[in-house]
Amino acid sequence: MTDPAKPIIQIRNVSKRFGKVTAVDNVSLDILAGEFFVLLGPSGCGKTTLLRMIAGFELPTEGKILIDGQDMAGIPPNKRPVNMVFQSYAVFPHMSVADNVAYGLKIAGVKGGEVRDRVAEALELVKLGGFETRMPDQMSGGQRQRVALARSLVMRPKVLLLDEPLSALDAKLRAQMQFELSELQEKVGITFVTVTHDQDEALSMACRIAVINKGEVAQLATPSDLYEYPANRFVADFVGSVNIFEGKLTLDEPDKAAVDCPGLGKVYLNHGVTGPHGADVWVALRPEKIYLHVPGAGKAVTAAAQDAPDGHNFARGKIKGMSYLGDITLFEIELETGARIRVSRPNLSRHDQEDFTWDDKVSMHWRADSPVVLLG
Amino acid sequence: MSLFARTPIAPLEYGRTLWMRLWVGAVMIFLYAPLIVLMIFSFNDSKRNVVWRGFTTKYYEKALGNDQLVEALLNSLTIAALATIVSLALGAVAAVMLWRFRFPLKAAVDGTISLPIIVPEICLGVAFLMFFAAVDWPTDLIWPFNLGAITIAHITFCFPFVAMVVRSRLASFNREQEEAAKDLGASEWQVFHDVLIPHIRPALVAGALLSFTLSLDDFVITYFTSGPDTITFPVKVYSMVRFSVTPEVNAASTLLIILTVILTFVALKLQGVKAIAETH
Repeated sequence: MTDPAKPIIQIRNVSKRFGKVTAVDNVSLDILAGEFFVLLGPSGCGKTTLLRMIAGFELPTEGKILIDGQDMAGIPPNKRPVNMVFQSYAVFPHMSVADNVAYGLKIAGVKGGEVRDRVAEALELVKLGGFETRMPDQMSGGQRQRVALARSLVMRPKVLLLDEPLSALDAKLRAQMQFELSELQEKVGITFVTVTHDQDEALSMACRIAVINKGEVAQLATPSDLYEYPANRFVADFVGSVNIFEGKLTLDEPDKAAVDCPGLGKVYLNHGVTGPHGADVWVALRPEKIYLHVPGAGKAVTAAAQDAPDGHNFARGKIKGMSYLGDITLFEIELETGARIRVSRPNLSRHDQEDFTWDDKVSMHWRADSPVVLLG
Repeated sequence: MSLFARTPIAPLEYGRTLWMRLWVGAVMIFLYAPLIVLMIFSFNDSKRNVVWRGFTTKYYEKALGNDQLVEALLNSLTIAALATIVSLALGAVAAVMLWRFRFPLKAAVDGTISLPIIVPEICLGVAFLMFFAAVDWPTDLIWPFNLGAITIAHITFCFPFVAMVVRSRLASFNREQEEAAKDLGASEWQVFHDVLIPHIRPALVAGALLSFTLSLDDFVITYFTSGPDTITFPVKVYSMVRFSVTPEVNAASTLLIILTVILTFVALKLQGVKAIAETH
């Protein structure tokens, strides 16, 4: 990006309380024009409340929300330049597809001919061309979702809000819709803000993700930054699976650092950490970043990888659990220290799953740039 | 032979078992035997109408030729129509209010609306009598205004039924549809008209039918609020019975039953079974 995109939604110190319960706690963030933005978090974390405040169905207890520079205080949902696709799709059951999609246009006073054209255009966009006269009860869940999408898109809003759009679809349809939604967003060019608890969905569709935990933003970053550079243990654990070990920071220099973990052993990193010496920290290590040594592959691999001093980034253990998933195999290994670690190994050849079995003694290592040190 | 099933009866097919059929048959006979006898004896050629003497339709002619009876029927239909229209409006609005909003003393309002159903009809009747006397309700108005007192009384006990039926239908309403309509720019009235009313339409039809039938058939409350010029059909039939139990009374009653049955049939057809079975 050469020029910084300008924020289309600005959320400033917004809090929402329901009696004694604080659903959203002093959240501030910017959503940029034209991006696919995702609010990700577990159930009950406040992400849907935040979305509904943008739409106008809830009013913030504190703080303000600006859409395209305009303060939304006092503006009801039917007057905001945003449209929402609801979790249950909320397609009007007594109206045909065309009437559903045309509903907002008719209220806005658009003339008959233009209504027909725009409805046809919107239906083509969601791949429902020709479905004008169908009734909602004659359609599948996925088709009804497209009707809901078309109904909102035909209004040409500045921002499209989606509440858990893929949660009601089966796995295959979900994968297909993830792709289609991203495509659609790029084609139409408007800002999408989605709420979901499914991190796969978030990682695959989003330009940027805000991870919400108990009403606060745990981290706001791009998908890869979120996965590879989590800011805290919650994000590390929520996005993807991870191994987290406690330890003490023993070395911290601008170009290297070391942590001593009772569970994992000595961990060496090829970058500095900026934490107080001797501090209690956590080390996060993703399962796919660990190399399992195939038994009998030679003594060379018992040494650590070349990028760390001896005895660092190395562990031994016994295989206690194995899950063959086709493309990868997941191992649960009990280390010599007693701690458990999860390792994911791609099945690069068609015999790879035969390399290990239960109760095998294994050794493993990881690169010096793989572990992430977390201070919180 | 026909009592035994052709295909074996499945464990949960209670409708096909012998004991179930016998029991249902017995209940049906218990419920409808008096009505059937009433209708048969309306064709009885006998003044006293205790023993069957012969077939005739002359009492139907008598009934239809009885001016006072026809006038009473007209009154009943008018009152029922007016009461139904007002009860629909009142009941639907009450139901939406109770379903949608939270306000102080909501439980009390809810209870008060249900009161006319719970209070014994005779208490209601006496209460109305005293009320209209206390406010000096005018008794010399022309038709149809002279039916005002009865109509008001009927509305009072009809609209809670409409409210009940509409409220149970509202329970199955997906609130996100309301929000979706607002999101697309609809005002409160447009939401009510475009989204809510189509959803409660089956309940409105059922409520209207309920209301009309209750009003048409009402005796106790009407007895207390009607006068010599504002007789309704059930009250007239009662007074006929006081004088003599000729088959004319049976004929009049049979006509009322048939009218009610036709109305029920029409309303069910209008609603369609699909609407009743709608789950969303």
